[in-house]
Amino acid sequence: MSVEIAGLTRRFGAGRPALHGVELLVRGGEFVALLGPSGSGKTTLLRVLAGLDVPDAGQVRIDGRDVAGVPARARGIGFVFQSYALFRHMTVFENVAFGLRVRPRGARPREAEIAARVRRLLELVQVPELERRYPEQISGGQRQRVALARALAIEPRLLLLDEPFGALDAQVRKDLRIWLRGLHDRLGITTLFVTHDQDEAMAVADRIAILREGRVAQFDEPAALFDRPADAFVAGFLGEANRLPCRVAGGLAHFAPLPLAPVPAAVADGPALAFVRPAALVATPGGEGVVRGARHDGRVLHLSVQLGDTLLEATPAPGWEGPRRDDRCGLRIASALVFPADAAD
Amino acid sequence: MTAVPRPAAEDAAWARLAAIGAAILVFGLLFLLPLLAVFVEALRRGLDPALAAIADPDSLAAIRLTLLVAAISVPVNMLGGVAAAWCIAKFDFPGKRLLTTLIELPFAVSPVISGLVWVLLFGAQGWFGPWLQEHGLRIVFALPGMVLATVFVTFPYVARTLIPLMQDQGREEEEAAATLGASGFQTFRRVTLPNIRWALLSGVLLCNARAMGEFGAVSVVSGHVRGQTNTMPLHIEILYNEYQFVGAFAVAALLALLALLTLGAKLLLERLTGRRAAVHA
Amino acid sequence: MTAARRRWRRSALPGFGLSLGVTLSWLSAIVLIPLAALALRPWELGPAGLWASIADPRVLAALRLSFGAALAAAAINLPLGLLLAWVLVRYDFPGRRLADAMVDLPFALPTAVAGVALTALYAPNGWLGAPLAEAFGWRIAFTPVGILIALVFIGLPFVVRTVEPVLRDLPSEAEEAAATLGATRLQTLRRVVLPALAPALLTGFGLAFGRAVGEYGSVIFIAGNLPMRTEIAPLLIVVRLEEFDYAGAAAVGLAMLVLAFAILLLVNLLQRLLRPWAARA
Repeated sequence: MSVEIAGLTRRFGAGRPALHGVELLVRGGEFVALLGPSGSGKTTLLRVLAGLDVPDAGQVRIDGRDVAGVPARARGIGFVFQSYALFRHMTVFENVAFGLRVRPRGARPREAEIAARVRRLLELVQVPELERRYPEQISGGQRQRVALARALAIEPRLLLLDEPFGALDAQVRKDLRIWLRGLHDRLGITTLFVTHDQDEAMAVADRIAILREGRVAQFDEPAALFDRPADAFVAGFLGEANRLPCRVAGGLAHFAPLPLAPVPAAVADGPALAFVRPAALVATPGGEGVVRGARHDGRVLHLSVQLGDTLLEATPAPGWEGPRRDDRCGLRIASALVFPADAAD
Repeated sequence: MTAVPRPAAEDAAWARLAAIGAAILVFGLLFLLPLLAVFVEALRRGLDPALAAIADPDSLAAIRLTLLVAAISVPVNMLGGVAAAWCIAKFDFPGKRLLTTLIELPFAVSPVISGLVWVLLFGAQGWFGPWLQEHGLRIVFALPGMVLATVFVTFPYVARTLIPLMQDQGREEEEAAATLGASGFQTFRRVTLPNIRWALLSGVLLCNARAMGEFGAVSVVSGHVRGQTNTMPLHIEILYNEYQFVGAFAVAALLALLALLTLGAKLLLERLTGRRAAVHA
Repeated sequence: MTAARRRWRRSALPGFGLSLGVTLSWLSAIVLIPLAALALRPWELGPAGLWASIADPRVLAALRLSFGAALAAAAINLPLGLLLAWVLVRYDFPGRRLADAMVDLPFALPTAVAGVALTALYAPNGWLGAPLAEAFGWRIAFTPVGILIALVFIGLPFVVRTVEPVLRDLPSEAEEAAATLGATRLQTLRRVVLPALAPALLTGFGLAFGRAVGEYGSVIFIAGNLPMRTEIAPLLIVVRLEEFDYAGAAAVGLAMLVLAFAILLLVNLLQRLLRPWAARA
């Protein structure tokens, strides 16, 4: 099922709106991450989609139908809360069965059928042994799975997850996100999830919507976001990058007074800001730079190089074995993303 | 033998003993002794006169009226309290803080004033007094006035027990129920009510204890007619002023037992929920 | 339900209109309209008449007694309440849990019961009154001292219950840090612990005062009720009502409320000064 969001705005009191004209078009069956710094409006967007919050302006169409007048309980959208919001006085079984038991009498499955479906779902999320436990008696990762089973019980056409792995340990996070992606591929439900962890978004999402101050800054596939960021914010937000002020003239960015060779830049002449990934800033022995630090992360050697007054993160050129502190080096920009300075902040 | 140094945040043994001793003294003099006095004075001439005083028709009528007043006031304040807690804890709206303050207002008002306001409205010279008289209706110095005064005095108990708990519990469980298709009534009955039931019970118990024990407010609006408009606390005053001390203290002992039972139940509920219920303003 | 209405109340949860409606009707009928009568009725006397009825020497004496005794009782409750809270939180001794539960006794015990019990203890022929009169010639019941004792009794739990949670949450690291910096235990208590408790103590003081100033049931038995000497303001309201002087009664009630709120406002301001680190909106 598709989700079309147009001009969505939501204001909390005075000041900058939490959502400020959000536009987004999610295709049926997609696995989409909403990524952004805290306060960018991710959770608000998710709550508006579920009908838990009401926008001041704009439209949400689910499968082409405007859902403005549809209350949360009639939307049939699965929602997994960041804190899971499991009913603390109900067992795991009762939690998962809830959505079926509250259906109007005519549409409510018989108790035996409910039990069978709950057990199938608990199998699906791999915690069948927990059905008699209470939420307080199980671990965070298990709660997360139960919350998911509860949301899936109503057979939603759209699944929304708010920071689904936020409260979990690093290793559990990684296992669960791979598992969630597999589950999505099996069930084929359109899924949107909120995260502030770019590795997580990159690892599992088909496409990522980057939110900034209540707007979608860019919506694209992970590799495209990384290679072709739409603006300086996205370039600076995703991955690490050296930010270098520069001046564009005749299609070339000049870094004077820094001793760096100009690079091609497809922006208008004038002041600009270049983003250079550490992997694209190559250090070679001998030159005007000084190595101030070197650390190995297990795979690659990272250098901190002082050039003039600036400290830059760089990578040693292939073949330069064992650079050390205080070695002199030169720097070459292999590729840079250049944006006009007025749009950069 | 060297002394083991005591931890930095601990007091010397002598200071501790002195403090505990002083506390027990305050406690005994101020709390236990009056309680003891009630029961000893009630049983001064043995159990039989005390029981006879309670079995006296006027005493029985006072007990019946006390139960009746509580049976009307407590449900009214329970419904109002739950409604107030629901809209204050689960929604945001302008004026919410003011509303919360206004709900606690009766705690800041003297019991006598809580009775006086009803006389000002419905007494013979009250705003609505002449109209009531024309229609042969009686509110003040009769049961309706005593109920109104009691409702005023016990107004905040249920709401103020529930509001902090429901605010702590947040809205997410109710929102989850909504995304799962539950109606408003289903959400309240299956999700909210089970989460607040012990606190609700605790609030109702406190409300009831105050309703049965209220003196000042009820005294102002009661006609002080024996056997008709006398509640137990008022009956204590009448018996006491007539120097029927055994009777006065026997009825007082009954109310003291109710207080002790309420405290015991509250303690039990706190054990059940691991949360302290606020009793006071 | 229209989108516009949903937008106004901003929540997916149902029942806002219903619960707010019930709350507002409940609040208006039981609290706001009656208190409006209290605020408006005294003006029937005209400004000059209102002033005359408050400036009456008997009224002034009663107000002075009520407010003076309430302030004194709240002040006495500060050290007593701090002592009880300290002992209940910091020390373990047999009976601590029971003592903790019993602190709420004055909340739960009907005021009339407390009144007759305290009188039985402190009357000239009472358990404590007789020996005190014999040994020192002290009279307690039927003097302002008796009123003070009753007000200390009903106000004490407020101080204990507001200080207790703050004391419990006070990190012992702060006291340990003070010790590592060379402070003696007494210095630590005076400079670290007491300032941290001061806002809670002040809150407790305000609550105890607010309760004491309007207290009726526990006082009138022990007070003696002599005009100009031991007649408290709430009793004077009752007297005026018995004289069918509704406006005069309302005037005394209004004066009490205005004075009490002024004092509580002052306490509130003082509290902000005491905790500049927690400047609240």
